[in-house]
Amino acid sequence: MLTFNLLVAVALGYVALLFLVAFMAERRAARGRDGWLRSPLIYTLSLSIYCTAWTFYGAVGYAARSGLEFLVIYLGPTLVLVGWWAILRKLVRVGRAQRITSVADLISSRFGKSNTLGVIVTLIAVIATTPYIALQLQSVTLSVRVFAEGAWSTAELEATAFWVAAGLALFTILFGTRNLDVNERHHGVVMAIAVEAVVKLFALLAVGIFVVWSVADGPADVMAKIDASPLSSWEIGAGRWAGLIFLSAAAFICLPRMFHVLVVENADERHLATAGWAFPLYLGAMSLFVVPIAVVGLEVMPVGANPDLFVLTLPLALEAEGLALLSFLGGLSSATSMVIVASIALSIMVSNHIVMPIWLSAGSGGATMSGDVRRIVILSRRFAIAGVLALGWLYFRLSGAGTSLAAIGLISFVGIAQVLPSLLGGLYWRGATRIGAGAGLIVGFAIWAYTLFVPALAGGSNLVVLGPAGIGWLRPQELFGFEGMDPVLHAVLWSMLLNTLAFFVGSVLTFPTPLERLQGAQVVHVFDHTTGPRGWRHGVPEVEDLLIMAQRILGAAEAQALFQAEAERQGSTGYLPEVTPEFLDHFERELAGSVGAATAHAMVGQMIGGTAVSVEDLIAVADETAQMMEYSSRLEAQSAELTRTARQLRDANEKLTALSIQKDAFLSQVSHELRTPMTSIRSFSELMRDGAAGPEEQARFAGIIQDEAVRLTRLLDDILDLSVMENGQVSLNISTGNLADLIDRAIAATGLGPEDLRIVRDREAERAVTLETDLDRLSQVFINVISNAGKYCDAEAPELRIEVRGGAVDLIDNGSGIPKDSRRVIFEKFSRLSDQSAAGGAGLGLAICREIMEKLGGSISYLPGQGGAAFRIGLPERRALAAQ
Amino acid sequence: MTVQRPGIFLAKASYRQRRMRDAARMLPVIGAALLLLPMAWSGPAEGAAQRTSVAGLYLFAVWIGLVAAAALLARPLQRPDVMPEDREAPVDEG
Repeated sequence: MLTFNLLVAVALGYVALLFLVAFMAERRAARGRDGWLRSPLIYTLSLSIYCTAWTFYGAVGYAARSGLEFLVIYLGPTLVLVGWWAILRKLVRVGRAQRITSVADLISSRFGKSNTLGVIVTLIAVIATTPYIALQLQSVTLSVRVFAEGAWSTAELEATAFWVAAGLALFTILFGTRNLDVNERHHGVVMAIAVEAVVKLFALLAVGIFVVWSVADGPADVMAKIDASPLSSWEIGAGRWAGLIFLSAAAFICLPRMFHVLVVENADERHLATAGWAFPLYLGAMSLFVVPIAVVGLEVMPVGANPDLFVLTLPLALEAEGLALLSFLGGLSSATSMVIVASIALSIMVSNHIVMPIWLSAGSGGATMSGDVRRIVILSRRFAIAGVLALGWLYFRLSGAGTSLAAIGLISFVGIAQVLPSLLGGLYWRGATRIGAGAGLIVGFAIWAYTLFVPALAGGSNLVVLGPAGIGWLRPQELFGFEGMDPVLHAVLWSMLLNTLAFFVGSVLTFPTPLERLQGAQVVHVFDHTTGPRGWRHGVPEVEDLLIMAQRILGAAEAQALFQAEAERQGSTGYLPEVTPEFLDHFERELAGSVGAATAHAMVGQMIGGTAVSVEDLIAVADETAQMMEYSSRLEAQSAELTRTARQLRDANEKLTALSIQKDAFLSQVSHELRTPMTSIRSFSELMRDGAAGPEEQARFAGIIQDEAVRLTRLLDDILDLSVMENGQVSLNISTGNLADLIDRAIAATGLGPEDLRIVRDREAERAVTLETDLDRLSQVFINVISNAGKYCDAEAPELRIEVRGGAVDLIDNGSGIPKDSRRVIFEKFSRLSDQSAAGGAGLGLAICREIMEKLGGSISYLPGQGGAAFRIGLPERRALAAQ
Repeated sequence: MTVQRPGIFLAKASYRQRRMRDAARMLPVIGAALLLLPMAWSGPAEGAAQRTSVAGLYLFAVWIGLVAAAALLARPLQRPDVMPEDREAPVDEG
């Protein structure tokens, strides 16, 4: 005989194994080798938390009582998964795009990040899930009792539930709140669930095969037994059949734990394609042997045996003890995996939608006040997990083990299904509003509580039998005189009908807030634009404050990585990117992963201290027009760019034309410039040759000839210089010197006296600049600019200011400056502006200067807006060393 | 003619993909219709002895059918969008 102590040992060993599996999975994931952990197979198996102890034990009991009706609980989810393309795909996409952390977060996020809705859904979820957790505890207690007959006292059995709850709380806290992952993914938990999924399927199949081929004589015999059993008197009640299929489908989407594994833990949208057929297959396998076990159980077991426990008691009665043990582990798996995920999902909701908002509003400074938000979040999750389990345990203790498993499960289903209208409405209908969703949720939940929850708690009371204050048509189970209806169906009908009606009417009659419309567009059209909502435009918070806040929530390393990545994307280095609307958006979504959308929005809102939505956003929200306007604004942007390009082209063309005219002028210029001195040289030398002049005259003529020859040489030097420069065949003679000395030399070289040009300098500042470059070339530039000032400055008392500005020197005179039109061409060849040829230049000076500065690695440019002609000479980089 | 093949094929591929997606949307509807069918069956008055096992077999058969259909659709549905606008291949002019 299987001893009770052995059972306890095996159970504990199994739990230890689960801890180990979870631990190993976390380790693997931490090392980044989570590829295998994130396969479609694991995803499919993790969905199996749908099959709770209710399924494992309760389905057989359900079948024994109501025949094939137990199947409806699986047929609804089968339809949902087979049709994954229609609903789940969108749900998962929205979940990923908006970083949804729970079903409450989805509703809150969709309806303008309304935290009120988040709170309502959280409360519904907690209230509806509590009986369900109680159900799991009850099933574990019942199964232990089967083995403990005589070994433990009743009090000790009562304690089992407590210890199971405590153990589950420990496991969930350990692996569910181990870290605050932005994606809310829990590798360890998911892996443990997957193992449990395999165990429970294996256990149920083993019992089924044992029953069909060992107890009965194969399938044909079982068929015969089925038709001979009391089950065959079962009749499909049309309303219940359709109603319950709908209900289970709704619950499959809305149950917090299902939403968690379906959407939040989903790593890859494509896993849905596999789960779409594999999970229905799993469900089929789970239910394949339910009817045979029920039929054979009814036949073999004594009258009055609890059919809910046939899976366990049948092998025991037939002395297949190993099988009974396996079956016990299967039941334990079913119960624990459901409780673990449900409490994680609820703890996320409670901490994100109830604890954090309260904490944030309590601390007036909000996220900027000292203290670690991250720690608070984790702490609140741990308390929430413990609290949820404590509630389940209390419910179990208070309600007693009276109600059958299936009945409790259905009550929970109807409660949580109240989220469906808002969820689907929000997903597919842009007109759905916050008020409508709130109204639907509250109306539906109130009707559920009144027609199903209250009667379940207070079955025979006057309220239920006679109606409140004796008003007959308000009797909870026969609302508005609908007598004789199945209580569950009655509740489903009224709650869903009025819920949907309230949701619809509320939505139609109210106006959404801008943020709601924005989120509505984002969610409904998630496939068109998967970029985040553009919520932030006004008010730019100091990026450092954001970083400080992010570090508190996400943890230092993660926050810094996030900011650094963004900075890098913007093309800067360091940890502080520009605060762009896109970045705020992205940042808010990252935060939402940790604390929920509404809280994250509130936090960022506090930081930027402004309104969330701007006029531009409203335009973007306004749907079709928005898209058209976005399109047209894109067109406008494009056409503006085209105009800009065209203008640039036109500028370039003008410049080219001007240059080409200059080039044409080049030859005539050169010949003209050469001709003038040549002409005088020729005529004076002719005069000298003819001997027409006296000796004094001759000396004067020779002087003129020499001057003209010098002028010629200078011109040819210039042209040569320029062509050498332009061809890049210039060798630099690098030496070190002082800017003050260099300017001294340049001024001396121009030969300008103070009466020609008064020069204002700050020799101290100049002395501080040490140059390491080709000093001769550089001084050539200064000579040129200074002598230009001397030549062209048209003021009464010409004056030139030389100012040192960092790595540049500005030379500014007090003349009338250079006309705007001419500024572009002064650095071109032969661009002498006025025809003061008396000044003796060929218009090559500035062109040479520009070439020199380019060669030296510096620059020269005209500085507009200084009163007179002003040039800025950018000293060669790394050659302008500031001497300390 | 052979050169023009890819153009035709491309349009065909995107067309097929859209129809596969239609099928994916219809699958739950068809499934629901088939699963609700037992409601129309007459009560236990005539040949009730047969009903439960037959109904069970029928439901499981539908179930397996849905699983198979979903499994067949899974692969085509996972493919990324085939762009019908992609007119890189030569257009059929004949």
